[in-house]
Amino acid sequence: MNQINRLREGGRIDRARTLSFTFNGKRYQGHAGDTLASALLANGVNIVNRSFKYSRPRGIVAAGAEEPNALIQLGGTESAQVPNVRATQQALFDGLTAQSTNGWPNVQRDLMSLVGKLGGRFMPPGFYYKTFMAPASMWMTYEKVIRKGAGLGRSPMERDPDSYDHLNQHCDLLVIGAGPVGLAAALTAARSGTRVILCDEQEEMGGSLLDSRELLDNQPAVQWVERVLDELAQCDNVTLLPRTTANGYHDHHFVTLHERRTEHLGETAPQGAGYRPTRSRMHRVRAGQVLLATGAHERPLVYGSNDVPGNLVAGAVSTYVRRYGVVPGNKLILSTTNDYAYRAALDWLDVGREVVAIVDARQAPDGELVAQARARGIRIIEGAAVLEAKGGNRVSGARIAAIDAEAFKVTGQAETLACDTIASSGGYSPVIHLASHTGARPSWNEESLGFVPSLVRGVHAAGSARGVHDLAEGLADGAAMAEQALEALDRPAGPIALPQVDSLREGAACAFYQVPHEKPTLRGPKQFVDQQNDVTAAAIELATREGFESIEHVKRYTAMGFGTDQGKLGNINGMAIAARCLGKTIPEVGTTVFRPNYTPVTFGAIVGRHCRDLFDPERYTALHQWHVEHGAEFEDVGQWKRPWYFPKTVNGKSETLDEAVARECLAVRQGVGVLDASTLGKIDIQGPDAREFLGRVYTNKWAKLAPGRVRYGLMCKDDGMLMDDGTTSCLGENHFLMTTTTGGAAGVMEWLELWHQTEWPELQVYFTSVTDHWATITVTGPEARKLLSEITDIDLDKEQFKFMDWREGQVADVPARVFRISFTGELAYEINVQANYALHVWTTLFEHGDKYDLTPYGTETMHVLRAEKGLIIAGQDTDGSVTPEDLGMQWAVGYDKPFPWIGKRALSRSDTRRKDRKQLVGLKPKDSAVVLEEGAQIVFDPDHAIPMPMVGHVTSSYYSAILGHGIALAVVKGGHHRIGETVYLPMVDGQVHQAEIVSNVFYDPKGERQHV
Amino acid sequence: MFHIYCPYCEEHREEEEFHPKGQAHIARPEEPEACSDEEWGDYLFFRDNPRGIHHELWVHAVGCRKFFNITRHTVSYAILETYKMGELPRFTAEFPEGSLSEKVTTEAEAMSRQEGVKA
Ligand SMILES: [Zn+2]
Repeated sequence: MNQINRLREGGRIDRARTLSFTFNGKRYQGHAGDTLASALLANGVNIVNRSFKYSRPRGIVAAGAEEPNALIQLGGTESAQVPNVRATQQALFDGLTAQSTNGWPNVQRDLMSLVGKLGGRFMPPGFYYKTFMAPASMWMTYEKVIRKGAGLGRSPMERDPDSYDHLNQHCDLLVIGAGPVGLAAALTAARSGTRVILCDEQEEMGGSLLDSRELLDNQPAVQWVERVLDELAQCDNVTLLPRTTANGYHDHHFVTLHERRTEHLGETAPQGAGYRPTRSRMHRVRAGQVLLATGAHERPLVYGSNDVPGNLVAGAVSTYVRRYGVVPGNKLILSTTNDYAYRAALDWLDVGREVVAIVDARQAPDGELVAQARARGIRIIEGAAVLEAKGGNRVSGARIAAIDAEAFKVTGQAETLACDTIASSGGYSPVIHLASHTGARPSWNEESLGFVPSLVRGVHAAGSARGVHDLAEGLADGAAMAEQALEALDRPAGPIALPQVDSLREGAACAFYQVPHEKPTLRGPKQFVDQQNDVTAAAIELATREGFESIEHVKRYTAMGFGTDQGKLGNINGMAIAARCLGKTIPEVGTTVFRPNYTPVTFGAIVGRHCRDLFDPERYTALHQWHVEHGAEFEDVGQWKRPWYFPKTVNGKSETLDEAVARECLAVRQGVGVLDASTLGKIDIQGPDAREFLGRVYTNKWAKLAPGRVRYGLMCKDDGMLMDDGTTSCLGENHFLMTTTTGGAAGVMEWLELWHQTEWPELQVYFTSVTDHWATITVTGPEARKLLSEITDIDLDKEQFKFMDWREGQVADVPARVFRISFTGELAYEINVQANYALHVWTTLFEHGDKYDLTPYGTETMHVLRAEKGLIIAGQDTDGSVTPEDLGMQWAVGYDKPFPWIGKRALSRSDTRRKDRKQLVGLKPKDSAVVLEEGAQIVFDPDHAIPMPMVGHVTSSYYSAILGHGIALAVVKGGHHRIGETVYLPMVDGQVHQAEIVSNVFYDPKGERQHV
Repeated sequence: MFHIYCPYCEEHREEEEFHPKGQAHIARPEEPEACSDEEWGDYLFFRDNPRGIHHELWVHAVGCRKFFNITRHTVSYAILETYKMGELPRFTAEFPEGSLSEKVTTEAEAMSRQEGVKA
């Protein structure tokens, strides 16, 4: 229970507040202000994971987003499981429960390592490619082994109790990163009055100043941080977003910020006063200008067994000591290429622990920090490096030797020094991920030994993010880049007073990445480049030997920088190794590309409120409530909820779909049924050229359609393929009402506008969507006239009001348009009334309809009835490759219309003239009990060797209650000339159905019933 | 997600409000019947896929419902201008920095130029 590595004083933790937590089933204690990582280190937990491929024990390496090993599965309850959380980024809270992501059955004694590095043999470099070239069935086996053994985190199996939201934000300047550079930038911008958002991914703002040794204005740096944050908090024009990671930089300065709102408080959001806050929030920021103050990640050196727990990057040592009051060991060896990393040794010494040696790759380093270390008696070994870490579950020593970095050779005799911690620093890589998301390729900077971002207009980088690592220079750079951004916004700012920094003179760093070993890389101890993906220097060397020369290929071959890691620690080292093997420079092997997201984001944060009931808008007709109350089952048609069928309860049992549909069909054929057809698209078309316009967008003729008449029309694209169909009624000489399919309404509307606005703007015509304004109630069946006549003043006499006429009048005492059109083949009236009268008209129909056994029916019955009549549904029986002629609908094509209407020319292309095009026909299964499967493929010869030539497919298929057998619509090659022939439908289960090609009109072929 | 200036609404709006409709300035042949199959096929199916400046037809679908054109750079995705139907682009493959004969830039035209070009 005791925190053996916790210092008595110092750091930014609150020792008065002790928090309990559980890791891998064991209970520990930490303090408020800890991350899970700092608390684990305080408790002396060395092993936090098993590695992905080789199953090696792994410890904490870093202190921030770049941590490769400490990936944990968070959550004590099933519903709160979150995979792939970095322990270094997870604030400790009381009761936190976490376990290692990898490691089965446990991290201390891993089965995988006992069975002999199974993963390693299974997954050599190039594993993914080589495996995918093997039979697919083997992949399943590999995958099982990998998933079970390696574990990649898991999703919760229960519903997430939390809610999430999105916030659209606009600002003039978005500053990403609130370290010294970002703070200086934000302060500059704040004083100009522009709208500023400052976000930072850490638990508190301040960045490197939170563990800095430097003084600002002769005071600890955190005091300056507090003063600046105080001032920013006072500014109305500034929004501060701590715990907020800028994860993606998208087009035109659209940046997604992910704010963790309650993740530091508990595993689910705590109950607030009368509300529960959202767990996290996605800020969708559209920024005028963006300033990247994202800092740098320290690069570890690549040496043998550099993954044994106890190997850290140098800066992380300082962070744990100075910010969290945790010293992760007793005896330190530092291996470095630069002055700045000396801080780790000095911080270590300051808290009374032993620094065994500093191993500096440079000859005669002479900076001021070096002098300080020397003055304090630390042994400095020059021109040398740690070749190899010793130890199994924890570092026990380091082999050190003189090296020649340039020649990549060990030049001296190695000595082994005992230690329990090795800190290394190979320099600093600017965090250029976000700049990289914009597509701009970074460039190598030889002076700062790192890739610096190239920037698209409106993006600025400052400080370490562009290789300016010195604190004083960085502060000035932050202010200067903010001024540059403000100038672009035409909001010049006055200069701010920058704090006084006593900068220490630094000696030049040396370019050094992979440490040589006495043995060749392929035979020496493993040197890890990317610990998260278990990529070694040897793997990269192997990749280059196998001919992968571009770093992009090497990355794919080795999986370096894959997944949640995105190459934060390893990419540059990997490139340096590839460059060495290929005899090239780093910029010659390529640049480095990063993709969103910078760190993993939960699905909850991505979907926000757009889930469950709010996943997609639902559209209801004015009669929806009635349908619900009468037990309708619903079907989604686009966003509409349409009644699918209305099951009745018979003898205490609810009808099945088939039973209900058979009953509904017979009711329409033999009595009268009623359908809510309100979802049909309706477009009101007016203007002196409305008629001319219709003639151009429909295939058939509209010149002579008189007011009071209705016509069915086909609409094609200019390739001659059917896109939609429907009826259009002439309401007046210059006024028409077009109907479209339910799903096609919006598309047709846009189509009409497209042609009007871009091709024929000279036509005077206007389109208004009136789908929602009019409810449509279809009354159909032999008894329809009798029923309707009871509640309307319109003369329904069959000579006065003919098929394909429409009349205006009163229905149930409200104004209505009644259209005598039929989608069932029966006598039918479509009643259009203002939507808010719909329920009144509908219930009045039922009041009068009792004696006719008026039956409500849904979309399924509608489909069966229209299929019995061979009427198509655009989008079901057609798929964008079917012409009106393929449908046998030449009667609806005005070949001799004067204007070259849309689709006409295409009908005389050689392809559309082919005789063997797939044509719409009816299919009658030979076995009357069989209902063919929609989508089933059709062949002419079932005995043909596999693969059989497929000659068409079933587009619609139902059981027809009135006919007593299955019916189907299908497209068949040359089908119109094959009436009477037999076709075959081989099914997945081996059965082969037989069907006869027949006319697509199965019922009432002369069409007499709709004219009665 | 693009930030698009609608030349009719005279405002920048989010891409979610717009639909892309393909390459701009594809004129329908005046006399389709006079076209050979090949010419008609070209009109129907063949589109440019340039690396660089591209003129595109868009519609402010859930805004003003107007169709208009965008000149966009297919590498940087920068929108160089948006312009109404019937107008001609100022930025073209021949004049990537803007045509020389252009008149004085109006404020709206300046607004329609999207930031984000590679500096
Ligand atoms: Zn608009």
